[in-house]
Amino acid sequence: MTVLIGQLFTGVSIGAVLLLIALGLALTFGQMGVINMAHGEFIMAGAYTTYVLQQVVTVAGWSLLVALPVAFLVAGTMGVLLEILLIRRLYARPLDTLLVTWGVSLILQQLARDVFGSPNVQTRAPELLTGNIALPGGITVANNRLFILALAGGAVVALTVALRVTPLGRRIRAVVQNRDLAAVSGIATARVDRMTFFIGSGLAGIAGVALTLLGPIGPTMGTNLIIDAFLVVVVGGIGQLKGTVIVAFGLGVLQATGEYLTTLSVAKVMVFVAIVAFLQWRPQGMFTLRTRSLA
Amino acid sequence: MTEQLYGLSIRDLRVSFDGFTAVDGVSLDVAPGDIRFLIGPNGAGKTTLVDAVTGLVKATGSVRFGDRELLGRPVHRISRLGVGRTFQTSTVFEELTVLQNLDIAAGARRSWATLLRRRHGVPDEVAEALEVIGLAGRADQLAGTLAHGQKQWLEIGMLLVQDVRLLLLDEPVAGMSHEERDATGQLLEQVSQDRTVVVIEHDMDFLRRFARTVTVLHAGRVLSEGTVAQVQADPRVQEVYLGHPVDAGSAPTATEA
Amino acid sequence: MTTVARDPATDVDPTPPVEKPAAGPSRHRFRAAAGFALGAALLFAVAPLVLSDFRLSLLAKYLCVAMVAVGIGLAWGRGGMLALGQGVFFGLGGYAMAMHLKLADAGPGNMPDFMMLYGQLDELPLWWRPFASPWFALPATVLLPMAVAFVLGSLVFRRRVRGAYFAILSQALAAAMVILLIGQQGTTGGTNGLTDIQGFFGYDLDDPVNQRMVYFIIAGILLALLALTRHLMQSRYGELLVAVRDGEERVRFLGYDPATVKLVAYVVAAGMAGLAGALFVPAVGIISPALIGIVPSIEFVIGVAVGGRATLLGPVLGAVAVAWARTALSERFPGTWTYLQGLLFVVVVAFLPGGLASLVGLARRRTDGGRRPGPLVRLRRSRVEAG
Repeated sequence: MTVLIGQLFTGVSIGAVLLLIALGLALTFGQMGVINMAHGEFIMAGAYTTYVLQQVVTVAGWSLLVALPVAFLVAGTMGVLLEILLIRRLYARPLDTLLVTWGVSLILQQLARDVFGSPNVQTRAPELLTGNIALPGGITVANNRLFILALAGGAVVALTVALRVTPLGRRIRAVVQNRDLAAVSGIATARVDRMTFFIGSGLAGIAGVALTLLGPIGPTMGTNLIIDAFLVVVVGGIGQLKGTVIVAFGLGVLQATGEYLTTLSVAKVMVFVAIVAFLQWRPQGMFTLRTRSLA
Repeated sequence: MTEQLYGLSIRDLRVSFDGFTAVDGVSLDVAPGDIRFLIGPNGAGKTTLVDAVTGLVKATGSVRFGDRELLGRPVHRISRLGVGRTFQTSTVFEELTVLQNLDIAAGARRSWATLLRRRHGVPDEVAEALEVIGLAGRADQLAGTLAHGQKQWLEIGMLLVQDVRLLLLDEPVAGMSHEERDATGQLLEQVSQDRTVVVIEHDMDFLRRFARTVTVLHAGRVLSEGTVAQVQADPRVQEVYLGHPVDAGSAPTATEA
Repeated sequence: MTTVARDPATDVDPTPPVEKPAAGPSRHRFRAAAGFALGAALLFAVAPLVLSDFRLSLLAKYLCVAMVAVGIGLAWGRGGMLALGQGVFFGLGGYAMAMHLKLADAGPGNMPDFMMLYGQLDELPLWWRPFASPWFALPATVLLPMAVAFVLGSLVFRRRVRGAYFAILSQALAAAMVILLIGQQGTTGGTNGLTDIQGFFGYDLDDPVNQRMVYFIIAGILLALLALTRHLMQSRYGELLVAVRDGEERVRFLGYDPATVKLVAYVVAAGMAGLAGALFVPAVGIISPALIGIVPSIEFVIGVAVGGRATLLGPVLGAVAVAWARTALSERFPGTWTYLQGLLFVVVVAFLPGGLASLVGLARRRTDGGRRPGPLVRLRRSRVEAG
């Protein structure tokens, strides 16, 4: 029983990381059908932002708190630049966007190598987040994992509220559901796209801050994360956040269970097989906005 | 081309999307060789009805063409039973030539051995269709460079070489000039000599000239059915189109707003 | 039947009537034959004469990459399937070949050297055993990748998983395969892969003469694959494949099952990648996870994009050019090469989606008095949907 709950928590915390990474992706992919392979490098940018801030603000707790908004701004700005310079020219060619943003991600990785060096760097975690909490029943839970879980939860709540309540959020949802209709209703879709990209990329920055708590950071950290995040979005279905949330935790638990029963590598393959099997059942993902569509 | 003519028989057809019922228990019969027009305000369920018949959306009830049940079969199987359609926006293969478009349409029953060989010359049925749709001089032109009306004819031509027995046309004359409409209407009359034709159309002038029978849909149900004159005289139709009952004979006259 | 629909183009359509293509089928065929003869002359006579043994073995390696590119050109350029996981099939072919060669090196009844080294196993694992026979291993280099592609393809295409979804899935397959290979170090060689391959069916691979022979085999097979692909592209199937790329639903309404049409191109491309992987092993002497993962898989695509994704020769020339540039630059300026590669992706795909071939087409149109390029070369926006 203890083992079971322990594994469950491992799965949930893997899921929380997946969720943080995938959330921004779900937003941009859902809105524009655009695959942004440089999303992983925005995560990296958030992580390096934390690293740089720690050189300035030496108290780890404070630097982490400062890093959250700053990383959001840094990664968000990078996202907007990418949107303006390249992606908006390619809306009609989603597959080509994938390749173009892959090129951007290569450039950003090399940039990071040139600026920060190839070897991974380590940030200091705040005291508060280094220990464990012992729960009743002999289960111990790492503080940093709990923090990430809270951060992911906070991000989901904030995003949900923002999408439902704010005027921008309503516009974003309108564009997701029917871009043409939104445009003729007087919504400046180009500006909405830019804001979506800002928020989505900003969330990647937040994810980057969180990842500094789990291990060293390096120029290629984004590449390893991006595929998993995309799988979450693909399986979750686009246009609704709840699919992303459910699938992130679902895949996290599945992988933790698989790892426990077999090995990491077999677990990864199991997850892949499970995804292909799931898409047999629901090719559009778990949730989808259904409308009459032509061809 | 004196094959058996078949009729279309729809019974209690229902289509819903997430709780919204787009087609709500439609029953109608189209006689073999008829040119049936489907009209109705936006949202009446016309296109969804055609989607259901061609297998694009799931539906309950029954759709029979000849003695074959269509519901429950995948799109390409329904097509092979001789049911063909066009879309509101023209969907020819713009990167291929007119000839290649028609050749592909003619080839669904080709074996892999044939598919894997090159095409030599122009198949008879393709040559014939090129004449009928008046594009013989443009066979080697890319379909993407055709004028709008020509694309629509190419679509109809593709249905002809496909040798469908039932044509479902979704707004075939939208955006066409007067001359093009006349030509299209005559094409439909010629085609219906050995085929059954169903047309979704808003253009009332076109309808009056070429419809043999008309079905009016409203809110997913059949509102009225009959000849053009009968339907025009139906007070319920006038109410739907104009919002209030009016004198018989004066409505519907314009395309809906 | 009489013509009822008049052609109104004379009064509404300003485009001039298109002249019939000047080249008839026979002239096409002649030009193709001449092109193949030229290619064969370059590969079999010129290259071995002017290139050193070292350069020639590099070229052999590039030509293997070019084989993968030919398949991607078919699947992606003509079929609209952005296959981002071709490394998987390259790897399956490569590992199948390398397993056989390792077993042959070790001699009958012995285990490959790395298995002894890790010392976890007492005897050869069951799934290694059939690869001892060339009659199993050689067909497996092609059939194994084709089988995997068939299973994945039939599952996803039938459920209309396409566009970006398909691209991501194919990429995830590459990721999963690499993790699996690395995880099973005792039987796959792990991160190192299968290295230090000595012999090739009795010939010593260290001998330059035998390396030359491997090069000739590779060049010959590449030409054969080009001929096969050319035939596929010009057949009715090739036209149908383009139709599926541009209007999958429309093709369905014409009575075809687009899933089958796509599956054929995908499986053929996988077979080509497998063959390329198999030939890569004697040419380079190694196969490892680093050669088949996400990054190399997507790098296969860039050569295709640079050369011209929808053309026959574009992918080959693009792949060789990119691979050559990589070797030339990455040794001395590794950072510069990464920037350049990134820029290639951005500039070519965003601003020259037809690749360099579209420039050739433009130039030819200008000098040739307006003869249109092949319809498929002009790749307008690919209307492959995201969902």
